[in-house]
Amino acid sequence: MSIAKPLPHDAAKLHVTGAARYIDDVPIPAGSLHLAFGLSEVARGQITSMDLSAVRAAEGVVEVLVADDLPFANDVSPSAHDEPLLSDGTVHYVGQPIFLVIAKGHLAARKAARLGKIEIEEETPILTVEEALAADSRFENGPRIWAKGDVVPALDAAPHRLTGSFELGGQEHFYLEGQAALALPQENGDMVVQSSTQHPTEIQHKVAEALGIPMHGVRCEVRRMGGGFGGKESQGNALAVACAVAARATGRACKMRYDRDDDMMITGKRHDFRIDYDVGFDADGSVHAVDFTQYTRCGWAMDLSLPVADRAMLHADNAYDLPAARITSHRLKTNTQSATAFRGFGGPQGVLGIERVMDAVAHELGLDPVAVRRRNYYPEMGAAAEADDLGAAAHVSDLGAAALEGDAPSPAGISAQKTGTTPYGMEVTDFILDGMTDALLVTSDYEVRRREIAAWNAQQTILKRGIAFSPVKFGISFTLTHLNQAGALVHVYQDGSIHLNHGGTEMGQGLFQKVAQVAASRFGVPLETVKITATDTGKVPNTSATAASSGSDLNGMAVMQACDVIRARMTEALALDAAVGADAVRFEDGEVHVGERVMSFAEAASFAYQSRVSLSATGFYKTPDLSWDRIKGQGRPFFYFAQGCAVTEVVIDTLTGENRILRADILHDAGASLNPALDIGQVEGGYVQGAGWLTTEELVWDDKGRLRTHAPSTYKIPACSDRPDVFNVALWDAPNPAQTIYRSKAVGEPPFMLGISAYLALSDAVGSCGPNYPDLQAPATAEEVLAAVRRTRG
Amino acid sequence: MTVTFLLNGETVEVDAPPTRTLLEWLREDEDLCGTKEGCNEGDCGACTVMVTDDQGARALNACILFLPQLHGKAVRTVEGLSGPKGELHPVQKAMISHHGSQCGFCTPGFVMSMAVAHRNGATDHDDQLAGNLCRCTGYAPIIRAAQATQEQDVPEWVEDQPIDVAPQAFAPHTEDELAAWYEAHPEGTLIAGATDVGLLVTKQFRDLGEVAFLNKCAELKQITRSETEFTFGAGVTMTDVLEAVREDYPSYAEMIRRYGSVQVRNAATIGGNIANGSPIGDNPPALIALGATLKLRKGKARREMPIEDFFIDYGKQNRTLGEFVTGARVPLGQDALRCYKLSKRFDQDISAVCGCFNVRVEAGSVAEARIAFGGMAGIPKRASAVEAALVSKPWDRDTVEAAVSCFKDDFTPLTDMRASAAYRLEAAENMLRRYFAESSGASVNVLEVSP
Repeated sequence: MSIAKPLPHDAAKLHVTGAARYIDDVPIPAGSLHLAFGLSEVARGQITSMDLSAVRAAEGVVEVLVADDLPFANDVSPSAHDEPLLSDGTVHYVGQPIFLVIAKGHLAARKAARLGKIEIEEETPILTVEEALAADSRFENGPRIWAKGDVVPALDAAPHRLTGSFELGGQEHFYLEGQAALALPQENGDMVVQSSTQHPTEIQHKVAEALGIPMHGVRCEVRRMGGGFGGKESQGNALAVACAVAARATGRACKMRYDRDDDMMITGKRHDFRIDYDVGFDADGSVHAVDFTQYTRCGWAMDLSLPVADRAMLHADNAYDLPAARITSHRLKTNTQSATAFRGFGGPQGVLGIERVMDAVAHELGLDPVAVRRRNYYPEMGAAAEADDLGAAAHVSDLGAAALEGDAPSPAGISAQKTGTTPYGMEVTDFILDGMTDALLVTSDYEVRRREIAAWNAQQTILKRGIAFSPVKFGISFTLTHLNQAGALVHVYQDGSIHLNHGGTEMGQGLFQKVAQVAASRFGVPLETVKITATDTGKVPNTSATAASSGSDLNGMAVMQACDVIRARMTEALALDAAVGADAVRFEDGEVHVGERVMSFAEAASFAYQSRVSLSATGFYKTPDLSWDRIKGQGRPFFYFAQGCAVTEVVIDTLTGENRILRADILHDAGASLNPALDIGQVEGGYVQGAGWLTTEELVWDDKGRLRTHAPSTYKIPACSDRPDVFNVALWDAPNPAQTIYRSKAVGEPPFMLGISAYLALSDAVGSCGPNYPDLQAPATAEEVLAAVRRTRG
Repeated sequence: MTVTFLLNGETVEVDAPPTRTLLEWLREDEDLCGTKEGCNEGDCGACTVMVTDDQGARALNACILFLPQLHGKAVRTVEGLSGPKGELHPVQKAMISHHGSQCGFCTPGFVMSMAVAHRNGATDHDDQLAGNLCRCTGYAPIIRAAQATQEQDVPEWVEDQPIDVAPQAFAPHTEDELAAWYEAHPEGTLIAGATDVGLLVTKQFRDLGEVAFLNKCAELKQITRSETEFTFGAGVTMTDVLEAVREDYPSYAEMIRRYGSVQVRNAATIGGNIANGSPIGDNPPALIALGATLKLRKGKARREMPIEDFFIDYGKQNRTLGEFVTGARVPLGQDALRCYKLSKRFDQDISAVCGCFNVRVEAGSVAEARIAFGGMAGIPKRASAVEAALVSKPWDRDTVEAAVSCFKDDFTPLTDMRASAAYRLEAAENMLRRYFAESSGASVNVLEVSP
């Protein structure tokens, strides 16, 4: 069995030798052309004149296209058809593409793109949440409001009440490989597009619209991306469409890749939010009711903002059973880059909202923040007997018996108010954070360290430490229910080698390897027997984006189904030939056992071929048990919840606000892991990326709407030394009660939110400086930490 | 310009425009696409290559490395990291077995940085890899891989040596030649490490006109040390400055460590960091606090000045056309020097504020104070009012608090993407408090706290 083995990434050797090809590395036909966009330098206005003569005259330029030159659809939106490839006369943000340069070289195109003379009649841009609210500039008619229970009387009746408001910044994806696409014109007007995209079908769809041809005339292929993180779910559309249109216009292959500064100026980022809260609670920290208002800056076009904002609402509870809750979401339209998908897809913002509330409640009551959190947890899954049935107790031995003993705070009894139901009416039946919290508090030595830190802080005048715990419960499934489907195509060749294809894309997360492990297991063959192939809309059609952490859940199942179809056909032929029952045929260790006979898998494949058995099959999977009404905010949008928890320790400098993560301990729920090495990689990477979001990664726009942090010189993702000095990551390796592929759980996005513990630890450290609540805003840059120290001291 | 160097062990001769980058040439002309472009400005390390010259092997960013800078050197790219029979380099093996790659795009740059560190026996992995950004892994498995290889032998095939080449007109070998050239071409551009000039080419598409490369000029690369002072040639790299000052000025050395990644320090020169006149260069405040003297030359004429006098106004230096910085004299024995670099990220980040303090206390009283800041004005600038408030006063809390109130007389900082004006001023004030606390033995550095 190749399942559950800690195998390396499928392309690891190609990565380390530099042989892994990304779009810009693919050999291109002689005479290929290169593209660059001319960009708006104004945030809002009307184009009054365009003089592109210098662009056209520049060295190496072959052609320059504007909106009027586009033969068919001028649209690259993934949703509302509100995103022209090239400006239609109105400009909506600084960085919007206005014209397209087609040149003989990448550098020539970039140079020429700076030479346009565009006159724009400027209008006052809408940049901030407040400006958008004042102008009623928004998507959808008004705010979306979901509620559970009667919030206002519950707030009024609660013994304690707190209100607050805080801002949390966006985040640049900073995939190391920038956006890129290559279009290769075919006979009869067809187009083949290679794209660095998480969503090949969307590329195919938008290119077909732009060329005025059916989708069957376009094939999109994706072998790998150099990082995606959500930033290549829709943001690659513009490049692919530009390449296709230019290839149609010139008859040449066309390639486009954004320079890093262009990439950061043009493409969308994580949505920034302001969250207002009003919470009622009692003296032990039990929350009676909470009223959230989430203001999200969506930027100029709709893109994926509605489902992002929905998911923020869907995670406003995180791990907490809220007896009454109301979540109001304003989706604000501003003259900035169109914010887009980013790992967690709104979830992190929603989770940070309630974690911030828990932090404030604990501070107000002077209680241990962990105790307050546990008091509000959802009811733990099932009774002990049921857990045994699912094998959920098996993991405990991995952590040592101490995990269940020790002097950790005991979980609070389930209060009478607990409903076990989310604010959107879904029953939570698979909550396991109580057990995970027990274990992590022991392995991280939380209680002892908390006391030691308090003692250390009492002796220090300038430096202060902080420690914090945070849990995550993340809903798995696309909230647009129809996206929860996947297809696969598997061929077994007569030599026994296997060709594997499915709709998922590889962006570094190791999906291809996990799915190959599934295929190898179904046929009982070594992994080397399975050839992983590029995602290709010509092989598997109508794919969903590789997003929402769903890649292995959906594609793993589809591949299993395809493999099982072929295996059943082979079994039938082999059993018939040997005059044994189908149950006497076993595929294992590279061999096929047919009754007493043993043959290699290759011999079995050859036999099946000669017996005229079809050795090719498609597979298909759709997630069961989903129903969701996003207008009412009611239903079961998720198949299950993936969970995790973290304890982070930090130190701050109260003179400058400089700060650093010292240690992080993480316990993460990956179900029965398909590949623990790859899953731990997702957890480590997700945590650091999440901590970066809330600390050093600051997007700054000026009052003209110009992004001032558009390169790594000014936008600071974590560097090597920013990871925790001590970084302990373990998997809670218990099978998923939901029937997922080998009972594994999705792992792409959930660990990102464990970085919230770093933000909370900073808040804890700042809190040691004085009596007031730190009211820490995000990102907690050194500047923000120093401001919070001042507030705390009062 | 004809440039000759070794590429993965083979001699190549390239007729290159002076500002053609190694990265562009590798990818576009040689089809060596293993070396990646991540940012095209030297900040991400995806394009890291190994360059060997008579000083040994160094990691450099190929995106801002011009081909003429390579004349006579040996370049090894990721394609040349494995052995002649395809055997993997130890760092490649370890990166696979420790799961050090996910998307793989940064990986060629990482393995090249790791291979250089491995060849040089460096084990301060966080620092060796500070110039390589990874967005997927959180770095932990990469560090595990680096640690796993540190005891292993260096494969012979990466032990490149530089080659003998004929001198080229574009790269003067002596200071006299350079002085003559620059006097004759005062509008020309001098290129040392190209960490700054490189961006003029890759990001601003600037035509640099006539250029001279300084890296063959041996006099400019000299470091001498007398009883009383260091003398640094303008072409000394920041890597070499760091090593030179490590014992005498550990705080300055630590600031240099953070000023730029290994790849940047290997290219950037102390002369470049001064002569470009940037208000946020980190060397000038340290050198001002140390009381350094700047050396300039035009033709045959030489002159010297206190380094603070070089910076006149934003974008304006005390330098005439055709005159260039030849080096700096830096006094020894300034044991009170402390350098505080404040940036959003600790490593490889430009300072929001860089404060350098050198307060000499005799018999409990301040005998001399030299305090200088970057990021607080249009130039690197002394805090004269603060210094005046300290001198001849008792070195105590009251004096410090009185002096703190003088910062606003010295500085009116700006708000930009790195920090607000108010924060800059408050942080600068607090740096004096930190300096006083440090002199009293308090813990003041978050980087020195262990979990």
